Amino acid sequence: MFSLPALRSLVLLLLALALATPVLVVAGSWLAGASPNWGHLSSTVLPSYLRHSLFLALFTGTGTLLIGVAAAWAVSRFRFPGRRVLEWALLLPLACPAYLIAYTWTGMLASEGALQQALPLPLPDIRSPAGAGLMLTLVLYPYVYLMTRAAFVSQSAVALEVARTLGAGPWRRFFRVALPLARPAIIAGLALVLMETLADYGTVAYFGVPTLSTGIYRTWFGLGDAMAAAQLAGVLLLAMVVLLTLERRARKERRISVASARAAAPLPLGQGPGLLLAAALWLPVLLGFILPALQLLVWSLPRWRDLAEPGFLGLLGTSLLIALCTALAATGLGLLLIWARRLRGDRPRRLAAGLAGFGYAVPGTVLAVGVVLVLASLDRGLNNLLASVGLPEPGLLFSGTLFAVVFACTVRFLTIPIQGLDAGLQNLSPNLDNAARSLGTASLPMLRRVHLPLLRVPLATSALLVFVDTLKELPAALVLRPFNTNTLAVRAFELASDERLADAALPALTILLAGVAPVILLTRSIRNPHQESPHADH
Amino acid sequence: MRRLSVLFSLMAALVVTGCSSQSEEVNVYSARKEALIKPLLDRFTSETGITVNLITGSADALVERMKAEGEHSPADVLITTDAGRLYRAQQEGQLATTESDTLAEQVPEALRDPEGHWYGLSVRARVVVYAPDRVAPSELSTYEALADEKWDDRICIRSSDNIYNQSLTASLIAHNGEADTEQWAEGLVSNMARDPVGGDRDQIKALAAGECDIAVVNTYYLGMMQGGDDADAREIAEQVAVFWPNQDGRGAHINISGAGVATNAPNPDNARQLIEFLVNDESQQWYAETNYEYPVRADVPVSDLLQEWGEFKQDDLPLIKLGELNADAVKLMDRAGWK
Repeated sequence: MFSLPALRSLVLLLLALALATPVLVVAGSWLAGASPNWGHLSSTVLPSYLRHSLFLALFTGTGTLLIGVAAAWAVSRFRFPGRRVLEWALLLPLACPAYLIAYTWTGMLASEGALQQALPLPLPDIRSPAGAGLMLTLVLYPYVYLMTRAAFVSQSAVALEVARTLGAGPWRRFFRVALPLARPAIIAGLALVLMETLADYGTVAYFGVPTLSTGIYRTWFGLGDAMAAAQLAGVLLLAMVVLLTLERRARKERRISVASARAAAPLPLGQGPGLLLAAALWLPVLLGFILPALQLLVWSLPRWRDLAEPGFLGLLGTSLLIALCTALAATGLGLLLIWARRLRGDRPRRLAAGLAGFGYAVPGTVLAVGVVLVLASLDRGLNNLLASVGLPEPGLLFSGTLFAVVFACTVRFLTIPIQGLDAGLQNLSPNLDNAARSLGTASLPMLRRVHLPLLRVPLATSALLVFVDTLKELPAALVLRPFNTNTLAVRAFELASDERLADAALPALTILLAGVAPVILLTRSIRNPHQESPHADH
Repeated sequence: MRRLSVLFSLMAALVVTGCSSQSEEVNVYSARKEALIKPLLDRFTSETGITVNLITGSADALVERMKAEGEHSPADVLITTDAGRLYRAQQEGQLATTESDTLAEQVPEALRDPEGHWYGLSVRARVVVYAPDRVAPSELSTYEALADEKWDDRICIRSSDNIYNQSLTASLIAHNGEADTEQWAEGLVSNMARDPVGGDRDQIKALAAGECDIAVVNTYYLGMMQGGDDADAREIAEQVAVFWPNQDGRGAHINISGAGVATNAPNPDNARQLIEFLVNDESQQWYAETNYEYPVRADVPVSDLLQEWGEFKQDDLPLIKLGELNADAVKLMDRAGWK
């Protein structure tokens, strides 16, 4: 009755469902009807939650678009002093968890801090809704920058040259040609930014900004109403669904595939404008990475001996191992789902690719609890099954091991490869597939010989992004970790959330530094070989 | 491929080390941070030979994990840093009753569950701190008086998201009833010098910087600033003073950090032993001093720093009330517009 491809579609859908269960468990709470506390919430705090979440989304969305797109355009189209360094330096804030930068900036601007002591004027209090938006913008703009730059770099020179011969000036070429061509990538970056913004807990909680995500915690744990909390999380999810659907719909209207690989050469800028541009581009790096890192360094200097403490390297090792496993798992699954949809865009496969990416939209601890629920019931089922046939019970095979942590992080970050690879595959003309097929190439060899080489950039980008994200985002998933397993992020988060910032500084700084290497790799992976031969560029 | 298989064997090794060691052990789910408990657990191991396995995390998430794990849960002991969470874990059926003469003898009645589901390990007091150059201690009296008009625009206090504010409000509901407490919360909100922001340390900093004249905080935050090795924090802490509220009446509002034995504990005896160990002389002193808290046992001396703040009368409201009234407190604070 089922053809083989249809059967495969079904399997893919089941896989996506399995990945989405922790989120669906949360969303499914609406089926039980509205919680009795819903009336209380909507008449008191809900409007304020919604207002602040919306404000943050608008603020951070606009801020990251401006910085991210402008920076991507500048480093991919112009030649100016320090461009090679800026290419990767612009990504550095990515290594910085938002809550950490929030604590650090608060410390730097504090009345007893060095900055305020040196200045005659009182510094503004960063702990406001706008301040939270600024902190999130500073650490999240690299998503937009990264995706957009990858798109600009792989854009064919032909389109721009045609526009030029038709008399379009540089601004017009940017707004009418380059920007529309890069749109899928820009939107993909923006979607990540918005999801991360709406799900952020650490920054807004510390800054006293009541948002949907702080509301979820308060309702669940303060009010003791898991159902109302899950329903609030459902509102967040709904926002994501709307966002992603609008995005897909808009993209479908104009699908442009550019197959040419020759990229435009960057234009040299004069000395003055070049230096000015470089200075402007260093600003977000300075605020989002260099200054916070220096402050953390100052704080950790008196405690450098902790480095020699047995187990500090163990923390680093565990962190890296979890990040590596998650990066591999998420990228592999993302590729599978997106590529399968390209082969055959039937309804189950489209649904599968859409479903699997929602983990990003819920606050970390909510997702972690969802994962516990799912994996623990899996364990119970397995134990009962084995016991009923007289075999020894294996215990908590899924929920009590590192599998739970990797699974949770994979679910959380799967949307990154899904978005990234989707944007990447859309840039490959369907003619490529048709040509390969007409030459008798089957699907798998086509993946290996045609798609994978062309997807090298988005694949590397996704894997490295997930790696860095897992490294810093771990606290959320660490409710799930096995006994006596610890990581840098847990150490840093525990101390920072206890307001022991100076003690948190050393592990925090180590997270930042551990994130720098992948960030540099990330940049190398995006260099277009056609654009940057070692002889042409100095 | 080879790299992949190395990776997987590494993972497997980690997983195995996570679950092995079948000897005498006790598994702890702790909301008290690793740095504040691990040294004590290590000492327990060296004295008894019982291995302690530790997971730290937020109490709420740990309780959810215990619930989900059900009968297979490895958790033996749950440690939280407030009574409200212990009460909730008990309500969810996650804590067993523990019979122990030692515990019944050492832990005062108000600081433990009447049925023995949980026991207090240290006492934390929520007090008023003030700037002595702007406020005379004679102007201060009770928590209730914080709603007086004279404090208009002069109070710093953190968000009502925080469990310590929820517990304080719950205690006021228990003593004064819901209607009076709601009026109190409205008065307090209109007396705030700024929207609630930051943690307790930040309120102390704002107080020292002159943003407000009094602040409501837990004493151990002040202790950490005063006794820590950060010179700036020490200097700030010197500029403020502790006032113990309600000393002519019921006493200052307190909370506890405490522990209970899990319902599905695989090692309940070891769990009981561990909790008993945590209330012995030496542990009590270390456990309280490390975090600048007060021991639950009156006969254990407090540190010099805490002695400087003087002795105080504790509110002897059974802490179980804080758990029972927590949801009411949250709703009340929502209505009063306490962010």
